[in-house]
Amino acid sequence: MEMLTLSHVSKRFGENQVLRDVSFSVPEHTIFGFVGKNGAGKTTAMKLILGLLSSDGGTILVGGQPVRYGNTATNRMIGYLPDVPEFYSYMTSSEYLTFCGEITGMEKKKTQERREELLNLVGLNGNRRIRGFSRGMKQRLGIAQALLHMPRLLICDEPTSALDPAGRKELLDILAAAREKTTVLFSTHILSDVERICDEAAVLHDGRIVLQGTLSQMKKMRRTAVELEMEEMQDAALLLAEFPFLQAQGRNGLILKQADRLPELLSFMGERKLSVLRIEHQESALEDLFLEVMGE
Amino acid sequence: MRAFLKKEWMEAVRTGRLWILLLVFALFGIMNPAIAKLTPWMLELMGEQLAGTGIRVGEITVDAITFWTQFYKNMPMALIIFVLFGSGSFTVEYQRGTLIPVVTKGLSRRKVAAAKMIMLAGMWTALYAICAGITYGYNVYFWDNGTASSWAFGVFCFWLFGLWVIGWLVLFSTVVGSSTQVLLGTGAVVTGAYVLGLIPVCKKLLPAKLMGGLSLLQGMEKPGDFFGSILTTCLTILLCVLAALIFFDRKKL
Repeated sequence: MEMLTLSHVSKRFGENQVLRDVSFSVPEHTIFGFVGKNGAGKTTAMKLILGLLSSDGGTILVGGQPVRYGNTATNRMIGYLPDVPEFYSYMTSSEYLTFCGEITGMEKKKTQERREELLNLVGLNGNRRIRGFSRGMKQRLGIAQALLHMPRLLICDEPTSALDPAGRKELLDILAAAREKTTVLFSTHILSDVERICDEAAVLHDGRIVLQGTLSQMKKMRRTAVELEMEEMQDAALLLAEFPFLQAQGRNGLILKQADRLPELLSFMGERKLSVLRIEHQESALEDLFLEVMGE
Repeated sequence: MRAFLKKEWMEAVRTGRLWILLLVFALFGIMNPAIAKLTPWMLELMGEQLAGTGIRVGEITVDAITFWTQFYKNMPMALIIFVLFGSGSFTVEYQRGTLIPVVTKGLSRRKVAAAKMIMLAGMWTALYAICAGITYGYNVYFWDNGTASSWAFGVFCFWLFGLWVIGWLVLFSTVVGSSTQVLLGTGAVVTGAYVLGLIPVCKKLLPAKLMGGLSLLQGMEKPGDFFGSILTTCLTILLCVLAALIFFDRKKL
């Protein structure tokens, strides 16, 4: 079942068309990476899903129910971690989580249990006032408040962008663990985060989805290059002259970017009895694929 | 809504807003009789000096009316201070983004707005009651409140006027994004009502009339003369509240 579906969603701010006919869906219990450069429209899309902005066209369904601008009942199913989470600074983290439990209608006992469990998980002292929290601590409190009521959909906007490597790892581990009980949609421009924990991803560029699929599908789409090392320099020169799509590498090395043309190349080498020392397949990183579809 | 009300209360207490306002209103409550009580003594002290300039200070009588007169002179100032403090109730939350985690948890925006309105109205009522209570207490101690006619009705009228101002404050808070804009909007409405009140036909129907409790004390007007104004004020408050709830539902946070 799809936890989240966006169909032909568009949004414009004045002259600026931020989202153009955006469609994608997120299956239940998956981690979905929403990739795009800063300003690509990721936050706008998330605010539309949360009913914080009104769309100019298209429909958004959360758990099968349509999202309405303003007061949307679908938010009861959602936990949200904003990119720059801000909380009531005069409260302690424990008080803030209790407050969140109360506004979501959780039972007092359940709130207490979840509060302690989550404070432990994110490693925060419940008695400390939020006023003195660093950005990383606020991010950790943010994930705790978002997970408190065990939402069916967890939306995180750039959750790792302001964290140090250790903080990033901790947060990604928490998101990965959350997959068992919830569906996670998280936006990022850090591509290695997507490779690390996501099941599926969509790449947003210039307001359009330019790539979408499971990570395994995307990995298959990666370009494979073949590296060849010829025994003789003149053999390498001969191949370069015969096959213009080859690239020279060092004295007698060659790179074949169109891996499907390898049989043709090998056949020629066999006919001419050219000696090759090494043939090696090289897969490009997923990051290269993302950058390629974003025209970088 | 109870949870959000609790949060509003915690905010007022922990940010010190409640204590500052409590001090201000208590001070005004003490100042009303103090100024009235001290004025004859101060004028007596200055009498000789003033006599040298040719000014003769006559005998000044201080009674319950003098106390309540001072009350009506001071209360607009107390209301302005209250409005200054209340103008950030919504806008500070917009600017900091603290309402986003709240509404994205599914708490109805109407409950958020209603809790803020209740808190503002409740604080105004309690602080005003303290101020009026102190003035009343001194009056009872020094003089007889009975000499000032319809003083209780006059006190009620100004309280209602305060609620009317708060109604506009809340409405502007759901429309604009900064405290300055809220203050400008509220100030413009109050000034507009005051200017319209200069036209005799309009005056008896306008909320600004509720500030004129002095004429009640001096027996120049009767409570019945204020009913038109009370009706307009109540209707405006109701409309402001309804409009604020609608606007807040559509407010970009």
